[in-house]
Order: sequence, then C-alpha cells, then structure tokens
Amino acid sequence: MLEAQHRSVHRSIVVVGGGIAGISAAVEAAEAGYEVTIVERNPYLGGRVAQLNKYFPKLCVPTCGLEINFQRIKKNPRIRFLTMAEVKSISGRPGDFDIMVNQRPRYINDRCTICNACAEACTQKRPDAYNLGMGTTKAIYLPHTMAFPMKYVIDDAACRPEACGKCVDACKYGAIDLAMQARSLRLKAGAVIMATGWDPYDAARIDNLGFGRSPDIITNVMMERLAAPNGPTGGRLVRPSDGREVRRVAFVQCAGSRDALHLGYCSAICCLASLKQASYVIERFPDAEVTIFYIDLRAPGGYDAFSRKIQASGNVKLINGKVAKIVETAGDLVVEAEDIQAQAKRRVAVDMVVLASGMAAALKRGKPQADIAFDDDRFVVADGTAPGIYAAGCARSPVDVATAVQDATAAVMKAIGAIQTAARG
Amino acid sequence: MSPMTKKLGIYVCSGCGIGECLAANRLTEIAKREFAAPVVQSSRAFCLEDAELIRNDVAKGVVDAVVIAACSPRVNTDVFAFPGAMVERVNIREQVAWCHPAGDPEAQAMAEDHLRMGIARAAMRKAPTPYTEANERRVLVVGGGIAGLNAALHAAAAGLEVVLVEREARLGGAVARLRSQYPTRPPYRAPERTSIGQLIDEAQATDRILVYTGSRVVRVAGQPGRFNVTIARNGSPVELIVGAIVLATGWKPADKARLEAYGYGRIANVVTSLELEEMAAKGSVRRPSDGGPVKTVALISVDSPADEKQIPYAGNVESLVALKQAIELRTDAPERQVYVAYRYMHAPGQNEYFFKAAQQDAGIFLTRAAGRAVSEDGNGRVLVELDSTLLGGRQRIAVDLVVVGTGMEPASPEVEGLNLAYLQGEGMPVNRFGYADSNFICFPYETRRTGIYSAGCVRKAMDLAESAQDGAAAALKAIQCIELSSAGAAVHPRVGDLAYPEILTRHCTQCWRCTEECPFGAIEVNAATRTPQVNPNRCRRCGTCMGGCPVQVISFADYSVNILSSMVHAAARPDGDGAEPRVLVLACENDAYPAIDMAGVNRATLPGSVRIVPVRCLGSVNRAAVAEAVIAGYDAVALMGCRSGEDYQCHFIHGSEVLKTRMDNIREVIDRMALGPERVQYLEVAISEADKIPGMLNDVLAKARALGASPLQHAAE
Repeated sequence: MLEAQHRSVHRSIVVVGGGIAGISAAVEAAEAGYEVTIVERNPYLGGRVAQLNKYFPKLCVPTCGLEINFQRIKKNPRIRFLTMAEVKSISGRPGDFDIMVNQRPRYINDRCTICNACAEACTQKRPDAYNLGMGTTKAIYLPHTMAFPMKYVIDDAACRPEACGKCVDACKYGAIDLAMQARSLRLKAGAVIMATGWDPYDAARIDNLGFGRSPDIITNVMMERLAAPNGPTGGRLVRPSDGREVRRVAFVQCAGSRDALHLGYCSAICCLASLKQASYVIERFPDAEVTIFYIDLRAPGGYDAFSRKIQASGNVKLINGKVAKIVETAGDLVVEAEDIQAQAKRRVAVDMVVLASGMAAALKRGKPQADIAFDDDRFVVADGTAPGIYAAGCARSPVDVATAVQDATAAVMKAIGAIQTAARG
Repeated sequence: MSPMTKKLGIYVCSGCGIGECLAANRLTEIAKREFAAPVVQSSRAFCLEDAELIRNDVAKGVVDAVVIAACSPRVNTDVFAFPGAMVERVNIREQVAWCHPAGDPEAQAMAEDHLRMGIARAAMRKAPTPYTEANERRVLVVGGGIAGLNAALHAAAAGLEVVLVEREARLGGAVARLRSQYPTRPPYRAPERTSIGQLIDEAQATDRILVYTGSRVVRVAGQPGRFNVTIARNGSPVELIVGAIVLATGWKPADKARLEAYGYGRIANVVTSLELEEMAAKGSVRRPSDGGPVKTVALISVDSPADEKQIPYAGNVESLVALKQAIELRTDAPERQVYVAYRYMHAPGQNEYFFKAAQQDAGIFLTRAAGRAVSEDGNGRVLVELDSTLLGGRQRIAVDLVVVGTGMEPASPEVEGLNLAYLQGEGMPVNRFGYADSNFICFPYETRRTGIYSAGCVRKAMDLAESAQDGAAAALKAIQCIELSSAGAAVHPRVGDLAYPEILTRHCTQCWRCTEECPFGAIEVNAATRTPQVNPNRCRRCGTCMGGCPVQVISFADYSVNILSSMVHAAARPDGDGAEPRVLVLACENDAYPAIDMAGVNRATLPGSVRIVPVRCLGSVNRAAVAEAVIAGYDAVALMGCRSGEDYQCHFIHGSEVLKTRMDNIREVIDRMALGPERVQYLEVAISEADKIPGMLNDVLAKARALGASPLQHAAE
C-alpha cells in the first residue's frame, strides 16, 4: 500500500540534442539499463561532429566513432530518437518530468530506400545546410552520405508541394507523404539531459575580418567541409571564388572569441582545430605555406605533442598578434596584423583565409521553457538548474569531443542517481 | 556441404534496385537446388510489410535460421530481428547491386556467391550460451580524493554497494591540502571553496559506502562481475568480491629535480605551487628562509621548451592555479605585488573571465616570459630573471618568494594501483603519457582492462571540477559493466554479444600466444593444466585470440576459422572460370566494410570478381582462413583494416597491428604452396574513404592479374 502512495517514477531519460554528447549519453544510459529518447533538431543524428573531416589530435575520422555509436543505437531497443524535433518545455521533478516536443514533418516515411529517384525528379533547389551553404541540394535530399537515419527529407521552405508532386510520382516505394503534418508530443521521463551543443559564431558580425565580403574568407567549420571527401569539392582544397588550389592559407585565431564585443570566453578548441586544418593543407600540398595568427596558442596537456608535431612540418608559421584587417589585392587576400614578438606590422598574402570562429551556445537561438540556469553566454550552470536536469558537453562549456563524451557519461550517472533516489522516495 | 539440423529460411529481396541489377530468381534457385532450404521466398521489400512473412515462418516454427539476401547488415538491424531465430544477412544491395551495372553477369555471380557464403555461415553458426556465473554488483573505488569520492557517492546514489579504499588515514586526497579552487560558476572571477569536506561527510554518512582508510589494494584477480580483491587494511588482509572497479588514485608531484633549473632546492625562498597552497591553507604566507613578510611574489610556469616532456602532465591546471594564487595573494595583502610569468596561458572556456579578472588587478603583472630564480641577495630576496619573448629582452626583478609550477604525474597504476594478478602485468596498459590507454577521443573510459575504469588525475591532468565529473562518469561505466556482465553480455564495442572464445584445450600446444596477444588480457594460463583459460567477462569479443592461434583451437559459437573456411569454400572458384582474377576481401566490419557500403551508396563502380566477407577485426583473421581461400582457388586475398601505429584506429587497440606482424607468417604459408606471397595484401582504409575503395580494389585486382591465375584453381572442386 505504501508503494501506491509514491508518485510514479519513470526509469527513462530524455536527451535533448543528438550530437556527440547526446548520442554518447543515450548509449551509455541505455547500456546501463535505462530507456532513452533522443530529441534532435536536425533530420539526422551526429550534430556538429558529423560535419567534421577529422578529429585532433589523432587525425582520425569522426565517422569511425559515430558508426560504432549508431550501431549501438540500432541494436538497442531501449533507445529511440526523434529527428526534426525540438523541446518546447520541461516541467516536473526527478522521476517524473513532462517534456513537450514539437516535431516538424519530414514528408518521408519509413519506406524510403534511398534510391534517389525523388531527387532526380525534383526541380527545386535549396542551399546545402550541411555544407554551410557551399553548394545546393534538391528540395528533397539526403542530408549527407553518412546520414543516420539514412532517409531523405523535404525542405518545405524550398518545396512547392501544391504545384509539383513530381517526387511522389517518382517514388516506387510510396515513401513520400506531402500531407505529413507537424505534431506535438508529450514525453515522460525520470530525468533530462541537455546536450544541445553549439553553433559557429556568426563571423559576419566581426567587421574587420571581412567574412561575406570575399568568398575566400571562410570559417573553420566551412574548412572542415572543404577538406572532407564527402564535401562540396570532394575534398579538394580550392578557393570558393575561382577554384584555385589553396597553398597559402592564413588562420585567424580568436575570430570572435576572447573578445568583449563578441564572445567573452575562450572557445577552447580553435587553436587545435587550426593546427589540425593546417595538416589538411600540408598533406595536400608539400609546399604549403600556412600562417597562424594567434593571441595564446592553447594546446594544453597531451595536445602539446600534437601542436609540436604540426609545427615541426616546417610549413607552419606562427605569428603572435591580432589581425587588424584583411584586404583583397590582385587576386590575393592580404592579412594585416601586429607581430607582437617582432614588434612590427606584418602583411601576409594568401590564397584563402580561415577564421577560427568560436563556439556559441546553441541555446542562444532559443531555449525551452524550463527551470534551467544560464550564465551570461547562455551556457547552462548547475547551480540554479532544477535537480533531475543535467547539461553535458557544449551546452555547459565550449569543449573538445573527448570532454563532451566525458561530460555526457557523467550526466547519465547523475540522471540515474536522481531517478533512483526518487524511486526510493 | 549439406544443411543440417537447422530449419533454413532464405529470403531474397529484389527491392531498392536489386531486382534491376540482378536476377533474383536465380538466387532463389540456388537456395533451393544447392541447399534444399525448406523455405525460400522473394519480395520487392522484405523490410516493409513482407517482414511479416518472415515473422510468421519463425512463429510457426518452420524456420529457425533466417538468411536475408538484401541490404547491408549495417542497416535495418531492428527490422530484421526475429526473436527465436538466428538471422544471417547477405549484402547484395550496397556491395553488389548498387555498384555494378544492371545485368552484369559478374555482379550476378558475386551475389550468388555472397548468398552461398551467408547460407554456409548460417548453417554452421551455433546459438551462444552466455556466461552468467559472475554477477557481484558491488563497486570498488580505489582512491578517496575528489574523483574517488564522487564515484563512490554516485554509485551509492544509484543503489549499489561501494567499497572505498584510501591509502591515507583520512579521505580527501590532494584536494584536502588545497586552500581553494578556481571558479566553477558565473561570473567566474573569484576562487571558490572546494567541496571536499562536504563530500567526505556524505561518504561517511552513506550506509552503502564502506570506507577503508589506511588501506591499499594488494591484489586483484578474476573478472568483471567477480573480481577477487585483497586489501591490506592497516597491515592485515581483507578479502572481498566486487563487480567492477574505479581507479582514482590521482596524481603526484612531478620529479622535483627538474625544478632545480628554476632555482628550487638551491634557494630557500623558492617553493612549489603545492607548497604555497599548503602554506596558504594553514594560515599566512611567509618567507621560508626567515619567516619574514612576503611583499612581492613571482609565480613561474614550468613550461620552457626544455620541459617538453613534463608539459602534458599539467594541462590547464598549472596556468589556472597560478592565476588563482596570484588573485589570492593579492586579496590577502592588497599592498603585495605579484608577477606571473608564463609562456602559454591556458585558460579555456569560461576560465577566460578568471584570466580577465587577474589582468584587471593592477597589482598583478602578467608577463609572457620564461622565468627562473637566479640567486638570492643577503636579505632573503630572490633575484628572478624574466626572459621576455614579448618585449624582446631580459628583465631582472627581486622578490620575496618564488613559486614554481608543481607539475602533475599520474600516480602510476603499476605501482600504486591495483596489483592485477593478470598474466599481462599488474598495471593498466598505458599510452605514451603514462595514462591508461583507451580510444580516448570517442570512448575515453574504455580501458584495456575491462571492468576497471580510471577517473581523475590518474587518467589525465585535470582540475577539481573535471575530476568530479570524471568520477561520476567512471562510476556509470562500472555500473554498466556490472549490468552487462551479469547477463554474460559484452561491453563496448560489441555491446550485448553473448558468445565468447572457447578453447579446445585437448589440441592446444601451450604456446600461449593467445594470452599474449589479447588486447584486454582476458586469457590466463590454468595453473593445473598449463592451458589457456578465458575470462569471458574480460573479453571484448574481437577474436584476436582466434586469429593468432597457430593450431586453430579457439572459436566462438558464431564465429570461427571453420565458419570462415566453409564460407570461402562455399564460394569457391569454379574450375577454369573466366579471365578476371578472383579476389577474396576480408574486411573489418567496423571501418573497411562500412566504407565499401558507402562506395555502393555513392554508386561507385566496383570490380565484380571480388567476394567480400566482413570480419570482426583484422586481428581475428587466422592464417589458416587465408590459406583456405587460396586453396579454394582465389587468386588473391585482400585484408582490409584500420590504421595501426601510435594513432591507431582499431577499436580493439591493435588488431591490424598484430595482423601486420602475422603477415610474414601468412605469406610464408602461401609461399610454401609456391604461389607467390604477394597474393595476400594488407590494406588500411578509413571509414570515410569510400572514394578510395574502387581504386584500392582495382589495384589488388591488377596485382593479381600480373601474378597470373592461381595454379590451385583446379583444386577448387
């Protein structure tokens, strides 16, 4: 009888965000015996790491670890996931949360066999979001070649369903349903993990660095796509403007980060990301000239060895100083900076400039109605956040992949502790 | 080969373009004619409504071994799961229909061979009997510092019994010696009290946590779910059984000899940052030489190029501790002046705000310089030389106290850890920095000692906040391992796998190679029989033991040299067949196999005279299986696996590495058959390199062509 007086306790966890932190949290929780639902905004899981060409410091491919994790998700009936879905509100208490979710229509059902007939029939185009707008896809498209779930999706901002319907005729499997509607769902869970990740800081807001003025000034996330074999150039490092090979590349560190006008904090990974991206240039062009403009070169701990390895290539020049401006002259981009150590002005002509734009909390775009405390940069802080809700990865702080996984695993432990404590009453 | 006691059901799918490329009816004919399968069906899409047909056959009991020739085994795993039946997937979509022209006879032959191989495997696979004898749920946490306390408290909160072992007389570890920690909460500008006192109180007040102070672990034997642990408690032994272990033995100061170059040991008023911390925690900061007041201080980072080897050991911690101490030294005595000399200021994330706070303090002089204490004057003041890269010159200052970074080394798992009674050694296998080896980017907790998870500074130099997280995370891994072990199921990466290596000891020659090559130390030598003995719950099911066994006596219920051999023979080359060389590809299922799938998804064109067999890891490939392929008339064998070496990609640590060393042996075997050792080729490929797959396979084919047809082709009958 005493049992009956207890509130129901759900042995389940809702994970908000299906990037590396969210996926890791989901598999770790499910393999410890808990039911998990991942709520992901994109039409695919993997988040930002799915856009990366390689990881530092091993220069290995993210797909390798993602494949293992996706297999773990597929084989574990305890995990389910919603794509194109966003959490609107979280209410309740440990053991008993209500999570309201809005899910946008995919217009594709489970019958899709990725035959591509629909895309061949489709007449509308959209900017390729996965490739950060470098190139286009059809309005009906596969998000990318390693997408999970591997299913097409229709971008309803680009599609003309009332006038067209060619894709429906082309699909032999009855996989397209243009009448599909957005829906609201109520999920129940014992605990919630916020793994909402990050967005690249909008480089266009940094006036002096010229992003948007020249197509050859790109961000570090765009550089990942350019170097990726499944990217817009098939992995060829060429200038977006004229297709010229980029042998001379400048990296501008702290593009937005450590800057009171933009992001006050350090984004923690950009020094290592630029060193990694320097290796992309060097492996393609033995005569590459890479210049990295930095304030502090932050490659702490074991990353120091990686930093030294890249520097030892002989193709990398480090200049300690902030970039003042970037100008276009005679087909080149000229980067002007103060060299603090030499106490001189430097002008370096390059083929392409990569802005090491920082990581902004994705929750800046919009946050669910929930008892969650934030700092001024809208990173989640544990103090003030309701018990039973835990943040992991870049929702909490800008971190590298290994730390995001560590954080996710810790968040699962806390979530399980909260559920078990609630169950004991 | 005739099947058998199993009730086979063969289901050939013609959807997703398979039917457009291949004659599905010829595949069903093979199933009927060659294998006399009782149930043979075809469909335009078995993954949709027709999955019901398979489900019904299984439910009616007419089929207990389902062979589905359709898409890759990597997809639709949930759709094609039929409780009560084993499922064998035959990939005729990604790796056949999608990468060959329609109606290509070579593609048809490839699909037919893939089907024959799948049926052969289905016929030979046995349902595994899980090992469920080890199911102790208690967690052992070694080390009572911040990471260990967090691990213990979290495991206890989840309802598990915990034994917490601490070497010292009191809990708290290194943290108990600290005055404060740098900020963890907004606005991230001021040092905070540590939570250590509260954690100690909580641990002591928790019934489910048994605390053994003044104790050390002197022996760990057994396996996850049943580790037999001996603890020396105040000198006398205590025996207990635990299910999993968290190793949180923390850090120790780096060798002080290296600090001599900075003046430490030579000049009385040069102390380490830990010594300053202890001095401050106890009361006021005074000059060690004469107890005099400290009006000026220089905090020096130990990160000159000469200290290259030490740098990994401090991570961010050294930079941030220097900032914290500078701010506190100033708060304690506002007239004090503090210099901070550093080469790189590591203040990632929100720590930048703390760095800002230090920059805004007019009494803190932050200077990017290599600093060292040179000498002392007669009044107890220390002369410090700052070699400034920033201002391009040398500067000398006189201060009352010099503080140099302590450096953090992992408390060696070998010496101060667990004393594992493992044949492979008492410690955790470590990486080049002395930390427990793991696939540290994606799976940082997966050590090479299953069931033992390291946390805190024994895993990596980290601060208090991160150590607390790490302790919680390691506790979760311990709980997970206990859950899975008690069901006899594997942990990462083959989660849930119930089969484990079985050794036919009667025919074992006691070479013990399996005990040496196992990446996880899962195989011991039985003291009585001198034959290898598997600890199933330590095993991660890679099959490296099976691959290395020179007499092929190691096998899994569902994976063995015999199964691979019978698959190879099922797709033996018919005598005098065609002009193109026939190549067997043994592809690692984790990376190479998905890459070939992706080549199919991208509709690349692959050669049709290859036959592709997924293997768990290249480490599981036995020379006998390769020899069988050659005997079966294959002109060449390509072994495709993950990158080996320092930045290895292998999910089982060194599968491709051991295969490489085994290659000499394999080639020798082939050479003895007078076939030319280059008929066997080793290839490394990343999962993202789908674009390279056609070139790689065509290259293998070209080499095979150059070698000419295998003289053993006629033996294939």
